[in-house]
Amino acid sequence: MKIKNFSIVYILWMLIFTIIPMALIFIFAFTDKSGEFTLENFFYVGRYSNVFLRSIGLGAISTIVCLILGYPLAYIISKISVDKQNIVIMLIMLPMWINFLLRTYAWMTILENNGLLNRFLSILGVAPISFINTSGAVVLGMVYNFLPYMILPIYSAIAKIDKRIVEAAQDLGAGKCNVFLKVLLPLSLPGVISGITMVFVPAVSTFIISKMLGGGANILIGDLIEMQFLGSTYNPHLGSAISFVLMILIFISIGIMNQFDDSDEDLDEVGCK
Amino acid sequence: MKKDTIISLKNITVSFNGNIVLKNFNLDIKNRDFVTLLGSSGCGKTTILRIIAGFVQPDSGSIFFAGKDVTKMPAHKREVNTIFQNYALFPHLNVYENIAFGMRIQKKPEDEIKNKVQEMLKMVSLSGFEKRNIANLSGGQQQRVAIARALVNNPKVLLLDEPLGALDLKLRKDMQAELKKIQQKMGITFIFVTHDQEEALSMSDTVIVMDNGNIQQIGSPQDIYNEPQNAFVADFIGESNIIDGIMIDDYLVEFAGRKFKCLDSGFAKNEKVDVVIRPEDIEVTSPENGHISGTVTSVTFIGVHYEIIVDIDGFKWMIQSTDSQKSGDVIGLILQPDDIHIMKKSEYSGEYGDYSAFSDEMYEIYEENLLYDCNCNVSEKK
Repeated sequence: MKIKNFSIVYILWMLIFTIIPMALIFIFAFTDKSGEFTLENFFYVGRYSNVFLRSIGLGAISTIVCLILGYPLAYIISKISVDKQNIVIMLIMLPMWINFLLRTYAWMTILENNGLLNRFLSILGVAPISFINTSGAVVLGMVYNFLPYMILPIYSAIAKIDKRIVEAAQDLGAGKCNVFLKVLLPLSLPGVISGITMVFVPAVSTFIISKMLGGGANILIGDLIEMQFLGSTYNPHLGSAISFVLMILIFISIGIMNQFDDSDEDLDEVGCK
Repeated sequence: MKKDTIISLKNITVSFNGNIVLKNFNLDIKNRDFVTLLGSSGCGKTTILRIIAGFVQPDSGSIFFAGKDVTKMPAHKREVNTIFQNYALFPHLNVYENIAFGMRIQKKPEDEIKNKVQEMLKMVSLSGFEKRNIANLSGGQQQRVAIARALVNNPKVLLLDEPLGALDLKLRKDMQAELKKIQQKMGITFIFVTHDQEEALSMSDTVIVMDNGNIQQIGSPQDIYNEPQNAFVADFIGESNIIDGIMIDDYLVEFAGRKFKCLDSGFAKNEKVDVVIRPEDIEVTSPENGHISGTVTSVTFIGVHYEIIVDIDGFKWMIQSTDSQKSGDVIGLILQPDDIHIMKKSEYSGEYGDYSAFSDEMYEIYEENLLYDCNCNVSEKK
């Protein structure tokens, strides 16, 4: 009874800070400055389809890079002794304790035209390369900032797998490759799915990384939304409409991911040797 | 049917983090035998199983499989299959795919897989369960899937690591009978690990009693029960009264203050021995008709019989009888020659076989009484 009463606090919290704001976004997205119902905002959103495509594209590339880098690392961590595991997990989390802005600034000073990297290259006699203000720099910033969110869920999914299940697979004739493809990979898939979700969603909607490392040519949805609320083009109705469309897109992509989680039948097609 | 050796462990030494679990361990296992490794936890029985399966590499020594050295062979290439303690079924696969796993690895054709899985499901009485998620199966059903998953690969040897531990008593009894039946039907070697002596006796052709990484005794269940080699085995297998005695001559032993005829010979004259008397072999009579007599200190009814504790000169004997006795009464005990089994003294002597709440004080009283009453030289040095 007491616990039930206590849950009202959470329900109220969610009502005030989740349901009402979402309703507000919904209302703003479908109204104009005078408060009249309109679909005009969404026509404007259409004009920015290139920004949407770029955001989703860079977000997807970053997510894939995070997965390629993160899965093997998570797998290796799960194999080492428990003491070392804790240390490595610590090291992975450590940068997350440093302010996000500061971390991204650090990359700016490295990638700048007369930054650390180019100075190092000039010592080697290589002509300066412009790293900053490219989509590559944005992807780098995203991977750097969001990689821990890929590693941790995959690591905890692999660490949770009962060693005896792996032994059972070996016992039934599975070599290393088959153990991985037929047991470890399918059993760690939930971790992969949540890793992808946790990287893709913030990557698609980030604005600081693109602003600092991407320059004007690489604006993303996040930047676009920021401009509608804080910039000279103040238009919360358009900003809400963009947010709304973004939300739908993320919702759809998570839906697709979860579909993938349910059916791992296609993994049976993959063979060893 | 000729029984040749299928698995042979030679001079195996294994240690984990500096603790030696097995030292110079040797064991031969005969083909088509139902062998049980019996011992309490930590005695090394599971380690032996894991060495045979290939999950543990011995520090030194070799394993031979049908005469071939397989010490360095990885687990997935060995012709043995294991049934794990917690079954270790694949949670992401259904019943059918769990059983088919081994054959899929071997890339067997689909119709062969289907036939064999159906055949196995029938054998373990799970026909119609193909599509079931393993999380929705009961413990007994999971157990059957594990058996089918292992046997479908036609292993020459099946390793079973306390597979019945998680089942309730009734189900365990059924599975014991079923496993024995399967073993006889398939005609393959079973190596079964358990700490349950009843399970070991009822299923096995050969029982290997282990303690502290050493084999205490190897033999048929009858041998192990009737002719235990030392106090540990006698105590571990069933209930035993283990009394200090002196072998006066062949077929004559002295204990509890008098001489008894027995069936054992081959000991040195006046050799100190352990005398084993099973509680169910002791016949109760009136004090004047008994060979020895004592006072009943407690009576417990446990279903099939009463467990009666009798104090004889300070040593507490257990008697199992279908007739109850009154606590405090003096009763006589009759011991026939074939009730008495003589064992050589071992490191385990004096540790087991007295049914008092064991304490130093009790031990001293017992020692004094012996010295005083029978004036014999059973003066155990502590």
